[in-house]
Amino acid sequence: MLKLEAATIRNGTFTLSADLIVPTGATVAVIGPSGAGKSTLIEGIAGFLPTAQGRIAWQDTDITDQPPGARPVAMLFQEDNLFPHLTLAQNVGLGLSPNLRLSPDDKARVRAALNRVGLTGMDTRKPGELSGGQRSRAALARVMLQDKPLLLLDEPFAALGPALRMEMLDLVAQIASETGATLLMISHAPEDARRITKQAILVADGTAHAPRPTGELLDNPPPVLRDYLGS
Amino acid sequence: MKHLVFTAGCLTAATSAMAQDSDQTPELTVYTYDSFVAEWGPGPQIEQAFEATCTCDLNLVGVEDGAALLARVRLEGENTDADIVLGLDTNLVAAAKETGLFAQHGMTPDLDLPITWDDPVFLPYDWGYFAFVHDKDMDAPSNFKALADSDTSIVIQDPRSSTPGLGLLMWVKTAYGDDAPAIWEGLSDNIVTVTKGWTEAYGLFLEGEADMVLSYTTSPAYHLIAEEDATKTAAAFDEGHYMQVEVAGKLASTDQPELADQFLAFMLTQDFQSVIPTTNWMYPAVELDDGLPDGFETLVQPEKSLLLSAEEAAAKRDAALDEWLNALSR
Amino acid sequence: MAALIFGALLAVALRAETGRGFNAADWAALRFTLVQATLSALFSVLLAIPVARALARRRFRGRSLLIALLGAPFILPVIVAVLGLIEVFGRGGWVSAALGTLGLPPVQIYGLHGVVLAHVFFNLPLATRLVLQGWQEIPAERFRLATLLGIDGWSMFRVIELPMLLRLIPGAFTVIFAICLTSFAVALTLGGGPRATTIELAIYQAFRFDFDLGRAALLSAVQLGLTVFAGGIALWLARGEGFGSGLDRGLRRFDGKTTTARCIDALFIGVAAVFLLVPLMAIALSGLPGFADMPGQVWTAAVTSLGVAALSTVLLLCMALPMAAAIATERGRMVEIAGLLGLAASPLVIGTGLFIAIRPYANPQAFALPVTALVNAITVLPFALRILVPRARDIVARQGRLGLSLGMAGLPFLRHVLLPRLRPQIGFAAGLAAALSMGDLGVITLFADPNVATLPLQVYRLMGSYQMEAAAAASFLLLILSFGVFWLLDRGGHRHAET
Repeated sequence: MLKLEAATIRNGTFTLSADLIVPTGATVAVIGPSGAGKSTLIEGIAGFLPTAQGRIAWQDTDITDQPPGARPVAMLFQEDNLFPHLTLAQNVGLGLSPNLRLSPDDKARVRAALNRVGLTGMDTRKPGELSGGQRSRAALARVMLQDKPLLLLDEPFAALGPALRMEMLDLVAQIASETGATLLMISHAPEDARRITKQAILVADGTAHAPRPTGELLDNPPPVLRDYLGS
Repeated sequence: MKHLVFTAGCLTAATSAMAQDSDQTPELTVYTYDSFVAEWGPGPQIEQAFEATCTCDLNLVGVEDGAALLARVRLEGENTDADIVLGLDTNLVAAAKETGLFAQHGMTPDLDLPITWDDPVFLPYDWGYFAFVHDKDMDAPSNFKALADSDTSIVIQDPRSSTPGLGLLMWVKTAYGDDAPAIWEGLSDNIVTVTKGWTEAYGLFLEGEADMVLSYTTSPAYHLIAEEDATKTAAAFDEGHYMQVEVAGKLASTDQPELADQFLAFMLTQDFQSVIPTTNWMYPAVELDDGLPDGFETLVQPEKSLLLSAEEAAAKRDAALDEWLNALSR
Repeated sequence: MAALIFGALLAVALRAETGRGFNAADWAALRFTLVQATLSALFSVLLAIPVARALARRRFRGRSLLIALLGAPFILPVIVAVLGLIEVFGRGGWVSAALGTLGLPPVQIYGLHGVVLAHVFFNLPLATRLVLQGWQEIPAERFRLATLLGIDGWSMFRVIELPMLLRLIPGAFTVIFAICLTSFAVALTLGGGPRATTIELAIYQAFRFDFDLGRAALLSAVQLGLTVFAGGIALWLARGEGFGSGLDRGLRRFDGKTTTARCIDALFIGVAAVFLLVPLMAIALSGLPGFADMPGQVWTAAVTSLGVAALSTVLLLCMALPMAAAIATERGRMVEIAGLLGLAASPLVIGTGLFIAIRPYANPQAFALPVTALVNAITVLPFALRILVPRARDIVARQGRLGLSLGMAGLPFLRHVLLPRLRPQIGFAAGLAAALSMGDLGVITLFADPNVATLPLQVYRLMGSYQMEAAAAASFLLLILSFGVFWLLDRGGHRHAET
């Protein structure tokens, strides 16, 4: 399980405090008003922002001071999830080896992963030649190969159309369940959260609250969330 | 990438191979100026002729120009590899002697110079007159005053960075003494520009930037003999022409004193001297058995030769330089 | 890097016996040096902006060749370029001749304006390339967005291009300022006399005629001080954000479609091309007649020069890439200033310092070529950093996180992200290094060995023995070779001139 023990994450002058536990294999939405600190939470867990106080642990291992690449974390950003100068195969291959030393077996796995996300035969394309949906799929293929126990999503599909977004979310859910990954996903759309997460963390007023069942939270939102959801 | 590594390897191999050839035959190292050692300069022929008489290895090292040559020897001091330094001119001789790095030559050769030479440390190997070179179809002024009064344009060299520039400074100083500043002021509107060295000035002249350039009376011989171009000549100035005498000397620290003496003696033989006129484009320091090459008889012969002794030149330099700077900086 | 330069300076200072302080003439030299360097840098950069802008937004046949050719003056040996300039702008030059047929007096090129003209001739190409690179680093997506918002012409300039320029100009200015600080032959020749005395001339005089090493070291330290000061100001001015990355789409511009805009761009490209290319043509024309029968030593020297250029390029990349990476990851602001020193350090002082340092242990002649290559590499380093750093910064800013999250810190990131994405810049920097090394006389004269002359040295030797025709031919060969290696390496990093 992922444990944040009295952790304070610093992002410039803004701080977010979190004291919560996410069980292994859970699917969790991170919701809250804009600017409340959702991205701060995710980037703190991923290691891009420093933890000023407290600690973060995964399965009882303290990861507070580990660099991002060493953490048991795969992450998708809002944008720039692929290197524009590398082919899809290389981009996905980075999930297996950061220095791109790929055995024939590895290359087969890369192809299989591309097949799995519906990008068969696109190995040699570069990101600039693809549609937004295809780029998201490629990034997901890499996440699959990274095979990290924690998957963090910082709204990577926000720019896609509703149908495509749903498709991607379903793909994420499938991959998470196949790999047994614990999923943390920032979401602005309640329907997204309901679709693939069972629990939700509310981030508001500089605090990340412990996860509660998604439906329950969305059905009876606290005032701060109600204003935001507009319902 | 591989090619680059290969090239780098070749360079290192080549340079180290050159550094360690032949330690059997004795080696005489002569520092001289750059153009002396070029394929078309006197160096190759002289090297061949000397090595035929000495069973030694003559190693000619080219160092930019006379001033750089002296700076190099001073930099190296008593540890210098040089046995002989060849290519200083009289303006540098005083400074060279002051270093105490040079030994006396102990020779009394029969020289053919317009002046008497009795320096115990340095021996001349060629000489020439500074002069303004121009196209024949121009009416050249016949002295500095006439030049200053005319609208003839000239390019000269900076005395702070070039030996001909320094020669001109001494020329005016010797000919006019305390009136030198007035001459320079008169010349200031004739001077198109002042260059770093002879090369730039002569290049500008050939590009047509000025009517005349400071060079040597022997310069037209090059155009006549090597290029069969008879259009260039030097202006004869009636106050006389300042001389450049190029000299060589033996280092006190040499590990080959006999060989060095042998080279200095060789320097004043026909084998060495006959090469000078058409490679270094200067007059030889001894009379040639076969006379000067055809074409040299057409050169301007100054009526009067001017030359300050090394000591006088050194003593007058700084003041003359200040006068020059003051007159031309206005 | 800094150790090498200060070490050389120290070696010279320690050998100093006498020492004359700063006198009135030195102050005058300092003033002239500053004035000419400031004006030269200012004009080079100001003119480069419209030229680079025009080149950035126009596509025409021969554009990439033109961009490459425009770089040629910069890589020429000084004397060759000066003679080329004189042939065009001199009293007896083409322009004067043309004016003469109209009954007008010839151009007067000698004076401060001549010095500035020559320095602009040398440095406008570099400034243009640096600024052009700034334009190319703005991702296509930003222009697309701007176009969509109906931003065009002046507003495009203010919204997108001006911030880029403000970030880029101080650095470009400083580099050119530093180059012009050490100018000597150009300044004196075109300055028309001792009024145009620069500090570098005083250094030369202290060395050659007075053998006053203390004074040479002092003057050299003044030069370095000026550069560090200018570099510090430039770094401070050039703070700010990058433009972010795009998806490597070919850069297509949608703005500037009006006839006026087209005419202005055509005018700037045309004027720059004529100004820079005509003197080159003059060099080529005077070189052609003697080309067939150049002395054999010229060809040997050409091979030597190619070797030096290759070694110099390798050394440069070995220094520049780690430094660029360090600067980009915010580990070294000082590193950038250290990089600038190479420009302002008098080659004479560095050469002499190295000479003094090497001599007790080995024959300096044996190191003539490696030392030349090293000093040349140090001289190009500041340009290389100017070229590499802004791009490296953007790469680290935009893709550093993704790399980190994939555990690509260190070497893998360098190898798979930084280097491939820097490829055009590396090609450009390597091309500059190779070409400048081909053309630079630098320290070779001090270490020279008659058997291993480089091509520029051979040009001087030919000129020094009246062989102007052969020298012109050798200069032309040098022009071809310098330009050739530059073009090959620059093209190797392709994209740069194309999109």
